[in-house]
Amino acid sequence: MQKIAEKQNSARGKTAKADKSAKSQKAKAGNAGRYSANRPEIVATCCFFGLLFTILIVYLGYFAATSRKKMLDNSYNSRQEILLSRNYRGTIYSGSGEVLAKTVVEEDKHEYRDYPYGSLFAHAVGYATKGRLGMERLANYYLINTGASLADRAANDNAGVKNPGNDVYTTLDVGLQQVADSQLGLYKGAIVVTEVPTGKILAMVSHPNFDPNEIDRIWDSIVEDEDSSVLLNRVTQGQYPPGSTFKIVTALEYIRENPDTYGDYSYACNGYFHSDTGGRINCYHGTVHGDVSFESAFAKSCNASFAQIGEGLDRVSFEETLESLLFNQTLPVDFPYSESKVNVVDGVSVNELMQTSIGQGKTQISPLHLNMITSAIALGGAPMKPYILERVENDAGKVLEAFAPQACQRMMTQEEAGILKSMMEAVVEEGTGRKLSGLDYTVAGKTGSAEFSDEKEDSHAWFTGFAPVEEPKICVTIIIEEAGSGGDYAVPIAKKIFDAYFESQK
Amino acid sequence: MREYITELSRYIIPALMIIYTLCSYAALADRPSWKDGVLSYVYTVQNIVMFFMQLFMFTDLALTSGDLEYVFFYVFVQIFLAAAAIMVPAIYDRLNRLLLNNMCMLAGIGLCVISRISFGQAVRQYVIVLLSLAVALFIPWILSRIHFLKKLTWVYAGAGIVMLGMVLLYSEVTYGAEISFTIAGLTFQPSEFVKILFVFFLAGALWENVSFARVAVTAVIAGAHVVILVVSKDLGSALIFFVGYVFVVFSATRNYLYLLAGAIGGSGAAFGAYKLFAHVRNRVITWLDPWTYIDNAGYSVTQSLFAIGTGSWFGMGLLKGNPKAIPFVEKDFIFSSVCEELGVVFGICVILVCVACFLEMMKMAALIRDRFYQLIVYGIGIMYIFQIFLTVGGGVKLIPLTGVTLPFISYGGSSVMTTMFMFFLIQGIYIRLQQEGGRHNGGNAKNSGKAKQRPGKDSES
Repeated sequence: MQKIAEKQNSARGKTAKADKSAKSQKAKAGNAGRYSANRPEIVATCCFFGLLFTILIVYLGYFAATSRKKMLDNSYNSRQEILLSRNYRGTIYSGSGEVLAKTVVEEDKHEYRDYPYGSLFAHAVGYATKGRLGMERLANYYLINTGASLADRAANDNAGVKNPGNDVYTTLDVGLQQVADSQLGLYKGAIVVTEVPTGKILAMVSHPNFDPNEIDRIWDSIVEDEDSSVLLNRVTQGQYPPGSTFKIVTALEYIRENPDTYGDYSYACNGYFHSDTGGRINCYHGTVHGDVSFESAFAKSCNASFAQIGEGLDRVSFEETLESLLFNQTLPVDFPYSESKVNVVDGVSVNELMQTSIGQGKTQISPLHLNMITSAIALGGAPMKPYILERVENDAGKVLEAFAPQACQRMMTQEEAGILKSMMEAVVEEGTGRKLSGLDYTVAGKTGSAEFSDEKEDSHAWFTGFAPVEEPKICVTIIIEEAGSGGDYAVPIAKKIFDAYFESQK
Repeated sequence: MREYITELSRYIIPALMIIYTLCSYAALADRPSWKDGVLSYVYTVQNIVMFFMQLFMFTDLALTSGDLEYVFFYVFVQIFLAAAAIMVPAIYDRLNRLLLNNMCMLAGIGLCVISRISFGQAVRQYVIVLLSLAVALFIPWILSRIHFLKKLTWVYAGAGIVMLGMVLLYSEVTYGAEISFTIAGLTFQPSEFVKILFVFFLAGALWENVSFARVAVTAVIAGAHVVILVVSKDLGSALIFFVGYVFVVFSATRNYLYLLAGAIGGSGAAFGAYKLFAHVRNRVITWLDPWTYIDNAGYSVTQSLFAIGTGSWFGMGLLKGNPKAIPFVEKDFIFSSVCEELGVVFGICVILVCVACFLEMMKMAALIRDRFYQLIVYGIGIMYIFQIFLTVGGGVKLIPLTGVTLPFISYGGSSVMTTMFMFFLIQGIYIRLQQEGGRHNGGNAKNSGKAKQRPGKDSES
């Protein structure tokens, strides 16, 4: 007891030195015996609970700072309806200011959502009743909150009307969307067009589609039909066999394994490849390509030589390459998508590996993912993050939030991207994409004809590529289901889109 | 006009709350070098801020709802607050003003947010708060006149176990999971009142004898309390009793090993309870991932998170959120509704005010040399602050949900009455402490003014 009192005395003496008030010094000297013996334990208790509450408050603050949008977007949160009872849902605009979706208020205050372009932006803009899809889902938080000025809100309150929700501007280009939509026509499939230097999604078309103006009326029939994939956005959630477009990946892996000698590769193609294990890979429609180099095998999409390349690849290294290209990984995008799937290691036979190398087998990819890989090649290795929400404005046009382009993680080195780029150029110059050569602009790309069924002869037609080669501006990825070869069906559509883009840039 | 006022009050109310909180901590710091008048000035600022805040909150409620009943209720609440914050110090001039002010502030906030959730409940709560105050006012007076409290140790223990046991048997008989009795329309939750008995028991058992044998005996009795509560599915109270016990033993014995033993024993018991009881497992599962069980077991936690997340820093404004979406919002999730409509800034200030109460109690305990009364103040402080940690931590998903009330703010007669009794018990002990201090200094304390209410000042004069 006495010892403690002494300790306190000396401790107090130290602090008292700093304190210039003579009065307080005197007071402190008198305090020494005032405390109970277990004061140190009480102080320790205070420290313990102090720490506990510091953690609690920091946690609460972090939650408040980071989760408003996430909490408000959850469909179980009834506060969405509260905000909508006070604010009109805001307008969705295209990149150049055309209205893609707006709220119309009738005289009796009945509201409905109007989509002036009907089915054109069915998946990109989506709908807001019967759940939400597309931008209506992605930007829901902004659309139902209001950034109207206090004066405006007070005036609205007096007038008994709701406040206008915030408006969102998308990256979408109505002209390109129209071309893509009409070119896809009655086929099922998907087209995505992105701006290479920024990652802006300029067009996003998925067929079959629907008219969001009619969603309430057609909802039941869509839901009842279990086979209906009308609501599926094939650009982001479609999972297709990549076909020969996957040769981009196989080629990259071959370059990585043979950095100095890949140029010396040659193969005599007689229309098929037989492996020692008994597997057989045919070239498309049994075409005999003759003597091919690495580049011409790629340009002519020779299955036999790529099956031979695939047979000899190192699986562990191949898997690393696939990972670097974001296969079996999450994609850095804000909207819902399906992960691409591929397997080259676990229990995969040589035959399966050969199938995988030419883009057949169990591999699945979304058009958006293929577009990102293509953009990475166009940009020298690291793609930009694809985005569709550009900025949020209040009703008076003041920008509340703007979303800048963001670079993604690097997929390949600049050198590798350069090699692949020149190979994709060769596809257009002398290979399966010749319909894109000799134009005002230069194109690099890769076609694909993905067989999806053992019974059917048909294949999905793929094209993915960018233009101009010198300074890539846009990247187009197309899949047309059950159409035929990529060179015959997808490439002409790509040409129409490139034409429309460069025409509008003049 | 209405929009201007409600929008402004979204920022004025938290701003006032921040000023109030800063005042609380200024009063806690209470440096001996300060001039005598400073502290009473701080308390006066607190009172003014409180009345302004009440005005803004009820103006908001009345304007947004367009309902006159809020105006009437406002008047009644102000009568209570004026009585508590201004008249009570006139009766007991040596009262601890910080604890009193904080009690008024929290009760005022509670009445306001409950009236927003259910007007009928708010009126009931008001009556109970007023009655509790009337009864509690006698506590300091009684405390100064009875001297046999230290001798009733085993009576406290017996009464506590019997009361808790009766609830358990009652719910067994009726196959319910009730933790309360309803007699003549009034519902009692005995575990609240037993908290006071429990603290008295611990203080009585440990104030002069801290031998291992004595600690072991108290451990058995405290364990009996806790087990009954766990079996009654009142996990929150069980935890509060357990933590209260461990810390009181630690403080009485001054032995850190008891804290360690408590931590190990507590973890073991928690693991055992997890394995044994489905309702304990359920709480842990919905804590780890409430989103998967959003339709059933995780519903209340996720709704609480929606409320806090949507409210964000400055809240949606009174009557502009949807607190009723959270089950039991007026009891277990009142903090979430405070954050939803008044904002997280306001919510954090509420927590800090509660912590200030706790620190003031600890400061007081450090000055009390009579170990019996010291352990009572200390024990009440621990149980009070730990309850706040449980209810707030559960609501924000930092810890599993235990379903306890936020003292003074939550709806619930037993809770508010017990907490008020606890606060006035501490006031009584505080007054006693100063009278002793005064006697040591030749009894001149009687003549000293209000500024002399602080401990430490008396001995200097």
